Amino acid sequence: MRYNALQVLKEGLFGNRGWKPVWRNPEPKSEYDIVIIGGGGHGLSTAYYLAKNHGMKNIAVLEKGYLGGGNVGRNTTIVRANYFLPGNSEFYSHSLKLWEGMEQDLNYNAMHSQRGLINLFHSDGQRDAFARRGNAMINQGDDAVLLDRDGVREHLPYLDFDNVRFPIYGGLLHPRGGTARHDAVAWGYARGADQRGVDLIQNCEVTGIDIENGKVRGVQTSRGAIRAKKVAIVVAGRSGQVAAMAGMRLPIESHVLQAFVTEGLKPCIDHVVSFGMGHFYISQSDKGGLVFGGDLDFYSSYASRGNLPMKEHVMEAAMTLMPMIGKARVLRSWGGIMDMTPDGSPIIDKTDTDGLYIDCGWCYGGFKAVPGSGYSFAHLIATDQHHEPAAKFRLDRFRTGRGLMDEEGTGSQHNLH
Amino acid sequence: MRLTCPLCGERDRREFYYQGEAVMLDRPAPDAGDEAWDAYLHLRDNAAGETQDLWCHEAGCGAWIKVTRNTVTHEVLKTELVAK
Repeated sequence: MRYNALQVLKEGLFGNRGWKPVWRNPEPKSEYDIVIIGGGGHGLSTAYYLAKNHGMKNIAVLEKGYLGGGNVGRNTTIVRANYFLPGNSEFYSHSLKLWEGMEQDLNYNAMHSQRGLINLFHSDGQRDAFARRGNAMINQGDDAVLLDRDGVREHLPYLDFDNVRFPIYGGLLHPRGGTARHDAVAWGYARGADQRGVDLIQNCEVTGIDIENGKVRGVQTSRGAIRAKKVAIVVAGRSGQVAAMAGMRLPIESHVLQAFVTEGLKPCIDHVVSFGMGHFYISQSDKGGLVFGGDLDFYSSYASRGNLPMKEHVMEAAMTLMPMIGKARVLRSWGGIMDMTPDGSPIIDKTDTDGLYIDCGWCYGGFKAVPGSGYSFAHLIATDQHHEPAAKFRLDRFRTGRGLMDEEGTGSQHNLH
Repeated sequence: MRLTCPLCGERDRREFYYQGEAVMLDRPAPDAGDEAWDAYLHLRDNAAGETQDLWCHEAGCGAWIKVTRNTVTHEVLKTELVAK
């Protein structure tokens, strides 16, 4: 069923009784060509692009909970391509282009809103660094505008420009940056994959990976054994556990990242605003809630909730940047499980086991990568060749020290990103 | 979360710096080779459940502490000084 405006109007008039479920709920078959472990944003987009770009038919996505119930449903919905280093630059640039055509491609409203993203700076040195970053973005073919103090004031008049510790000197505007409706992205890819014959199997937890003579043969699950010619691991914060089923240890520590939302307010924040010095960023959802967050709690955790010190820090940063926010009431907070790599950049690669592929290490930036990651990972699985925009996301870069992508320039070490 | 420093007693988490898994205590020999150093510096068990990690009481006595902790519940099970 293709969606169109007339249909929405008609259903509205007749009590919305005509909508049907948009994906099947199939029983797992005993064998597939490709099994994808993980039904989150990246797993679903991988399945979609395997079917669409590579003509694959016999694919299953195995999800231990429900589709899109992990980080793709728990993030702060920001979409951007403002990276600096070769490797990341071309990948996120490609991903943003896919975002721009995604809703038409999927025939699904993901509410992608390119409202502009502004990274603030507070010193001459920081201005130089952002000018350089902006030039790197323009070199990559993306957009960046260096704003001075008055330029920022035109966009964001509500900020405290004369804060004693962090006076605002200007900002780097990325006009094509913005937000999207996070759940809809997962649902859109799920629907697209299902329409192309992919079996989306929920409540199916992988409990083992079968390997014979260095080649993958299939997986054991809570709903029985499933044979597969190729197996792809796309499980974000749970990468360590699933990789262990194949005898691997990964360069990943899972950390907790908290996010917050206020009660619904009238429109007041039109952009995505990032206040790096306070480790704080904010945007306003279409429902009106201010969605904001900060840095990691900085200890390994699978609790899906954080501790009070980081909450306090985030609230302090919010009040420092935009004192008006003190009038808003926080509705809820939550934590996601982030698969942190030592250099803060992701991994899309083959493993030492023939037919076993892994896509992980998205740290706290996985949402904007959903289309690009799926596209590139599908290419790797289907062709056994790295896709050009993701060719530098190598698993062995930590061992060899070649091709590390440390955007923050702090070092390739687990507790630094 | 509060941690008990063996020297100072129970303190706020903010007084402590998190280093990472206690695997950091088993430093390989300088000539142990790529694989051993990769395992030491980068590869992690990343357990969902009980784990041992290193914290420094940096805003207190400065001691390095090995903490046995549950990463799913945030329960702190044991703290001991690294230096015996």
